[in-house]
Amino acid sequence: MTTETLASSTRVAAPKVKSELMQQRIRAARLFLIPMLVALAVVAGWPLLRSIYFSFTDASLSNLEAAQWVGFGNYLRWTVMESGAVRYRGLLVDPAWWNAVWNTVRFAFISVAFEAVLGMVVALVLNAEFKGRGIVRAAILIPWAIPTIVSARMWSWMLNDQFGILNDLGMRLGLLSQKVAWTATADTAMTAVLIVDIWKTTPFMALLILAGLQMIPKDIYEAAEIDGVHPVKQFFKITLPLVRPALMVAIIFRLLDALRIFDLIYVLTPNSSATKTMSVMARENLFDFDKFAYGSAMSTMLFTIIAVLTIVYIWLGQVRFDGGDR
Amino acid sequence: MGATFNLWKLIKWTLFYILVTFIVVVSVFPFYYAILTSFKSGTALFQINYWPTSFSLDNYFNVLNSGSFPRNLLNSIFVASVTVILALFLAITASFALARVRFRGRGLLLLTILGVSMFPQMAVLAGLFEVIRALGIYNTPWALIFSYTIFTLPFTVWVLTTFMRDLPVEIEEAAIVDGATPWVIITRVFMPLMWPALVTTGLLAFIGAWNEFLFALTFTANNDTRTVPVAIALLSGSTQYEIPWGNIMAASVIVTVPLVILVLIFQRKIVSGLTAGGVKG
Repeated sequence: MTTETLASSTRVAAPKVKSELMQQRIRAARLFLIPMLVALAVVAGWPLLRSIYFSFTDASLSNLEAAQWVGFGNYLRWTVMESGAVRYRGLLVDPAWWNAVWNTVRFAFISVAFEAVLGMVVALVLNAEFKGRGIVRAAILIPWAIPTIVSARMWSWMLNDQFGILNDLGMRLGLLSQKVAWTATADTAMTAVLIVDIWKTTPFMALLILAGLQMIPKDIYEAAEIDGVHPVKQFFKITLPLVRPALMVAIIFRLLDALRIFDLIYVLTPNSSATKTMSVMARENLFDFDKFAYGSAMSTMLFTIIAVLTIVYIWLGQVRFDGGDR
Repeated sequence: MGATFNLWKLIKWTLFYILVTFIVVVSVFPFYYAILTSFKSGTALFQINYWPTSFSLDNYFNVLNSGSFPRNLLNSIFVASVTVILALFLAITASFALARVRFRGRGLLLLTILGVSMFPQMAVLAGLFEVIRALGIYNTPWALIFSYTIFTLPFTVWVLTTFMRDLPVEIEEAAIVDGATPWVIITRVFMPLMWPALVTTGLLAFIGAWNEFLFALTFTANNDTRTVPVAIALLSGSTQYEIPWGNIMAASVIVTVPLVILVLIFQRKIVSGLTAGGVKG
């Protein structure tokens, strides 16, 4: 990573060019960046600020213009009862919301853990030399290429309780004693979602890890071979430490993706409180329940939670993005 | 001694190929099964088969002839194409500035762009809804093209920046000596070299836009303006037991086959584009 960064920094601009030319280039660079920056400000920056603003108002879907400032009311408000007892209301004391937070975090960590391990296995397979490697690589690109909605519907057909092929297969192989209503039962709904997500996104993880594996010089393994280091030890002492930077970045990309999951759950297990995530609940409140301000508070919380988790991860894991930052 | 060694080697290779076969079967089977189901009609649909038994194109005729599915397909093609063209157009010049010119705050800018691409889209949904209604483009394809920029633009900028950084500096120096302005360098010198990168990035952004669901669900309101993911998600019968699985699978196959073919044709480029978008180094 360091060498790459150094190499590119020397490549960027010719050192002996006149400073007048540098000035001209910097002016041109500014001009080139403006359209992109304006576009991002309009589609991302401003809407984000407005969403946060709405979370402090009483906005409703039918009348956004009449939104009145209510402070932290959507997050927490309390009334003192005549008996003197205090009743708290709002997002911070909403058990349904914390259930959704828990579902999201649980889903994200379990799915990414499985994807990291399985992705590593697939990457190691693809990094080996054998006949048919091209076929394997082509095959694992298929789950990645299939739209999430399509994979959700494909799997919900396969997981169908009466006519699903997975129940049939499970019973034939003796793994299941009776047909399971995978998506409809609260106990199995999360498992169903996890299966589909792991199936769909392990290829992405595998490709990112593979890119890291291919950077490891082959002669390290040759040296280890001569010294008689056991392959398992080689993996833990050579492969894992050297592939760690790529793995950490792959994990954070997937984690950020998993924490915002919406489409798979919306289609595979609609209206199941066992799988309802922050995104699903926020959208429901924004557009289906006419609780626009409350939904905005949820999306603001979601943004905050994800931002905090990301910062903690980058800080603890010392992740380095090679974004040419220096 | 030699015999046991060979036996051990044989076992190792057998186990390895079992693992390889398992990976291939698990990856491909769901799509294979969707294709299998899409060719079944009537009661055959509810018999579980692992191999093709009957062949009927009824589901495909149903999907393409009734309802708004053809319209949805056109919407998807239009939205994804325009989104990609706009994103590439804005990204080429921006990535030149980010990759080839040194200026203060560049690192921070790149991190911000990466941040936006990994952003939870739910966080901007309320604000975007307000903007889209204010612009009067709610329930039109333009609402989707507008909102998709939030993920296609940062992605294309990021990937093109990593590609452009690797172009040899000598070419640019030669052009500068000849008195070329940055604009001429981009359009005349870099563009011809950038075609493979543009195709890859464009294709990845196209797939992203083609598959998008949350914005498409929120910013369109009737059958004629929906894109295919939303149409497929909302295909349903009046009760749980009347879900038209055959039609759903036929529609799924129709939207997925072109993608799978494109991905398989461009697989090497896609892998390099994906890893450049993820991490390089």
